[in-house]
Order: sequence, then C-alpha cells, then structure tokens
Amino acid sequence: MKKPNIKSIPYEEFKDNETFEKLVAELNAGGANVVVRKLDDLIDWGRSNSLWPLTFATSCCGIEFMAVCAARYDIARFGFEVTRNSPRQADVILVSGTITTKMAPVLKRLYDQMADPKYVVAIGGCSISGGPFTKSYHVVRGVDTVIPVDVYVPGCPPRPESFLYGMMQLQRKVKVENFFGTVNRKEKDPFAKEAVREKEKEIFSEEEQA
Amino acid sequence: MNLDIRTVAPENLREEMLRLRREQKMNFLETLTGMDWGEEGGLGVVYTLESTETGERAALKTATTDRENPMLPSVSDIWKIANIYEREVYDFYGIKFTGHPDMRRIFLREDWVGYPFRKDDEPEKENPLRMTNEPLADVTESYVLNPDGTVVKETHPIFEEGEYVVNIGPQHPSTHGVLHFRVSLDGEVIRKIDPVLGYIHRGVEKLNESLTYPQTLALTDRLDYLGAMQNRHALCLCIEQAMGIEVSDRVKVIRTIMDELQRIDSHILFFSCLCQDLGATTAFLYGFRDREKILDIFEETCGGRLILNYNTIGGVMADLHPNFVKRVKEFIPYMRKNLQEYFDIFINNVIARNRMDGVGILSLDDVISFGCTGGTGRASGWHNDVRKRMPYAAYDRVEFNEITRKEGDSFARLMIRMDEIKESLNIIEQLIDNIPDGPFQEKTKPIIKVPEGTYYTAVEGSRGEFGVFLESHGDKTPYRLHYRATGLPLVAVMDTACRGNLIADLITIGGTVDYVVPDIDR
Repeated sequence: MKKPNIKSIPYEEFKDNETFEKLVAELNAGGANVVVRKLDDLIDWGRSNSLWPLTFATSCCGIEFMAVCAARYDIARFGFEVTRNSPRQADVILVSGTITTKMAPVLKRLYDQMADPKYVVAIGGCSISGGPFTKSYHVVRGVDTVIPVDVYVPGCPPRPESFLYGMMQLQRKVKVENFFGTVNRKEKDPFAKEAVREKEKEIFSEEEQA
Repeated sequence: MNLDIRTVAPENLREEMLRLRREQKMNFLETLTGMDWGEEGGLGVVYTLESTETGERAALKTATTDRENPMLPSVSDIWKIANIYEREVYDFYGIKFTGHPDMRRIFLREDWVGYPFRKDDEPEKENPLRMTNEPLADVTESYVLNPDGTVVKETHPIFEEGEYVVNIGPQHPSTHGVLHFRVSLDGEVIRKIDPVLGYIHRGVEKLNESLTYPQTLALTDRLDYLGAMQNRHALCLCIEQAMGIEVSDRVKVIRTIMDELQRIDSHILFFSCLCQDLGATTAFLYGFRDREKILDIFEETCGGRLILNYNTIGGVMADLHPNFVKRVKEFIPYMRKNLQEYFDIFINNVIARNRMDGVGILSLDDVISFGCTGGTGRASGWHNDVRKRMPYAAYDRVEFNEITRKEGDSFARLMIRMDEIKESLNIIEQLIDNIPDGPFQEKTKPIIKVPEGTYYTAVEGSRGEFGVFLESHGDKTPYRLHYRATGLPLVAVMDTACRGNLIADLITIGGTVDYVVPDIDR
C-alpha cells in the first residue's frame, strides 16, 4: 500500500484515509508493473507539485480563492503558484461559486478546453449541491452533474485552510495515478456517453459544412 | 420607510412621468420593480423617483390585467437606466414595454420558456438544464404604439453588418466575475458595448418569496459579498421599520462600525483588483495584506471572514468580542500608514496615471440618468451618499465629509475610494471609544410577520445605494422582495463610459466603476 507523502500534512492526519485507501486499492486492482510504477511515481511527483489552477470564479468563493493566492495563505508554497487565465494552460479548475444553468454550458466548454490530465475541485456549498440556492430555478444542483469532480471542499465559503486541505487531497490523488496504466486504462470514460459523442459529431460536421 | 404609492393608469403614465421629470425635476429613477398582483391586480411596475435638486421623492405604480400579452409604456427615453430595468421586468414578468428600443431577455437564456417571477409560472417544468451553447440574437425587437392604439413589432439589428465584434467574457479574468460584453470595435476604438448578464443569476428574489423573513437574511450576504454587512443591514432595517422595532443605541453603533469596516475592506479589494488588472501584482498583495487585518476583526466577532451573517432583525447575532475595540484601535493607525504605500507603489506611478487620467469620463447628467450611485457617481460630482441624504443607524451623530470630485474619469473614481477609506477610518475613530451599553438584540416574536404595506429602505453600500423594496401582504413570507442592485446601473453605464476609448481601457474603466457581478444578477 502506497502512502503518498504530502508536504506539511503527515499521512495520518488526513481525515479520510479509508476512502483514499479504497480508491488506491481499486486503481491497482490488477496490480502494476514495478518498473512502470516507478516511472509513474516520478511523473506523478512532478505533476502533483505543479498544478496550475484556472482563474475561474463566479461568486463569493472566488474572493476567498484570491485570499488564498495572496500573501498570508500563499498557495504558491505548495506548487499551485501560477493561476492561468486560459483553460488551455491550466491543470485544475477550481469551481468557486454557484453554477447557474446559463453558466453550465460555458463551464463544460472550459473543461473541454483544458488539456489532459485535468482535475476539478468543487469549492463551496453551491458547487457541491447548489448550497443555499438549491431550490432556485436557475441553479445547477452540484457541478458534478456537468463535469466530473475530483475533490469537494465544503464551506460557504470555505476557509483558506480548507482550500489548502482540499488542494492537498487533490495532490494525494494525483500521486497515486497510473499514467502508463494498469488494467484500468481500458475503462471507458463514464461521462462520454454514446449519445453525447454522436451529438458532438453532428456539431462538428455542421461546423465543417459551415 | 412606508411608500405612499400613487396609481397611474398605463395610458396616462408617460404624461405623468414627463410632468414629474420636467416640473418636479425628478431626475433620478431609483427603482423600477416588476410586480405580479395576481389575476385581479394584474402585472405591473412600481417606480420610485427622487429629485437630486430638491430631495423630493415620489412613488408610482401602474398595472395591466392582460396576462396573455401585457403591455405598458416605456420610460426608457426619460431615464437612461430604465432601459436595462425594463428589460429585467420583461425577462421576469413578460411585460412588453412599448417604445422600448431593445426588448430582449437580459438575465435568462434567450430560449428560456415562460416568465419565472409570475406567481403562476413553473420555471423548472419547461426549462431543463440545457447543455447546448446559448443562442445570442443578432437582432432585437421593439414594440411601437401607434396613435390609434395598435402595436407594431419592429426588429433592429444590434450590430450593423460588417461590424467587428469581440466577446469579452463570460470567462475573463478582468470582468470581476462572469460577465459577458459584446464589444464592437473600430480598429482599437470601442463603438458599442452590449452587455449579456445572468451567468450568476440565482433567482434570489424569487427564492425570497418562499422563505420566512429571518431566512431571507441569509441570502443578502451572498449578493454583493463585499458589502455583506451593509446588504444585510438594509434588509434588517427595512423589516424593523416596517414592524416598528426600535433597536438599541449599542446596536446602531455596532452596525455603523461594521458597515464602515466592510467599506474599507471593499475599497481595499477594489484597489487590489484594479492593480491586478493593470498588471501591478505587487500592489495586489499589499492590498490583501491589509485586508486580512479587517477579516481578523470580523472573524473574532462574527465567526466568518467573508459571509458574515451578523445582523439580525432587531439587533446583531452576537455581542462584540472583548478584543474588538483593541483590534480596531490598532487597525486605524496601521491602515493610515499603509494607505501611503498604495500611493507610492501604484497611484503615483506615471504608467498608472496615464492609463487613468482623462479615461472613461462620465458626465454628471449621465451618472444621474443612469442612477450610478456610490463612488462612481460621486466622482462625477453627484452628492448621492445615503448616509447624508437619509441618515440611518449612527450616521447622524458622526462628522464626516462626503467625498466628491468633478473630473468623472477613472482616476477620480479611484481617488474617491482612497479618500473614502480615510473618511471611514475617521467615522470608526469617533465611535469606537464610546460604544454605548445596552442589549445587542431586541426581543422579537418567534414568527415574524410584517404588516401589510410596501416599504423601501436604502443604505450606503460599498459601491452605491443598496435598496430593499418589500411588499408584504401580512404573511410570514414576503410577497415581493426586490433589491436595488448597486451594480446594475454601473454595468449599464459601461457603454456610455467606454465609447470612443480604446479596448484596453475597457479593463481600467470596468475596474474603476467597480461592480460585483453576483449583485447585478441576483
């Protein structure tokens, strides 16, 4: 069992080690080649320590995100130092704020524009479940209905400390990834459904014709 | 205050409005609120007006019982801000304004079915989550009322054939949130801006109609999160005035100090973001360093950093923390000293001055017609401070200057905020030593019911007049709760402010006008 080492927080102090261990067990269910795994470790080490977030914020949580980037909390200490304004240069999208039904297609497009490997962190109650606006007619109840989410950070808005904790959880997830793949790499992307793919094809052909 | 509303028939509305504008000099359209009074009352609009010269106020309403095809006359040629307010009403209630030049939806998608704020509408039934890209029309409609009473629908193009249109937003780091501008360019010069809003429209006003009064308080903090204290203060004040609750002196002083701390917080963030937009990242970090000090003070007393949830109906949530006075007293000289650094590092810099001096000039007539309250209006010489116009809380017992300037350019808007930080520090200094004793919370009934009537209360938010329009039918939930967004006029004025300027100046002008998008969209 691999216990990834995260700067500043010892493994035992993470609160959900059971879930994490289950996830690792699932990932490595078929076993991994020793050499390949070592290469993976090297790649994951590099990736997890330079996750560049996209400058994306829709409401309150965005201000806390700015506070996390500023001097006192200084997210740069952990490798998230450069926020990127273009999704094409970003590794992780921090969905900070309410996502409305008008914003949902835009968010999906932003996610699609990001280069792999890409990660999503849902920050705050609104992006997790709709938060205080869950009964509204114009709010998406959880950003995970639109894009797959890696880490959820609860709060309204979360404190900067929980921001950092959530980001470190993401680092842990990145550190156990299998880049070269095990048996799991053949698994189909659960979010790319056949119908969606066909629709995309249609759109592409329409665009080509135009 | 309880509004004394005059009913005007739709056919006489324009005449009456023109008379008020001309004879009583009602040049400031404060709010324009759509209403649904059911089958009998019909769909209508409530207008509140103020004269900036005499201080006189007026409230009018008009309604139509036609629910199929409701039509009311437009006032968008009398007050420029009515253009965007009427589009909002059309979006939510489906009332078409005859004579309005641009009758499009503004917050919801153009393929949205129905009008969500009508009492009989079921918005979720016909509007599933649409993941297709939103349609954006190239033409707009207007309804022209002929002298014989018939209405003709006309279409106009939004942008002329061959115009070069650039999209800024909805995902753009310098729009301060998810705001979408369609900008028409002639080379580098801006010809026209068409704002597309609603990317963070959460339907707060509609949600309020199903929440009890104490529950509605929670959502105000999340409108303009940099004016969380003041927003909540406004709603508490409105409900207290309607119910006749008199809060203790202690509460009044606490609220005043908190409002001013929030204002400093907001203005520091304004400065930081403006610097960041113009590429001065160091200044951004300086601003946030000082802002954390205020957040520390808030955190001790309120428990929150950004969303504070502090004011309640009849008082505040908790008494001041024992450290509060000490911390605030330490903060005042600290901030005064550090404010000088802002000037050294950014404001006196020649590059920054060149980007702001004489850029994006707004005239006095424009800011009043657009209802741009707050620092943006005061930078053009409009004395619009609610703290002076209609004193509330403890503002009548402190001495402070209302900062105004004449230039109306980006630099003036920046300087207004910097000077207001100093004024806010002065206000806090006057109050902090003698916070009166008393209860921090009045006893209220377990179930709060506001007596029947229509009420309007405004406070000076961080970026202008934040108003609460409340119509109660005597229930434990409001019949209609409308917020006068401070940011909506500021976005509406962007077109006027930016025309003829360079596209790069759009960022500076947007930064100095200082809007917060969740407050615009509500």
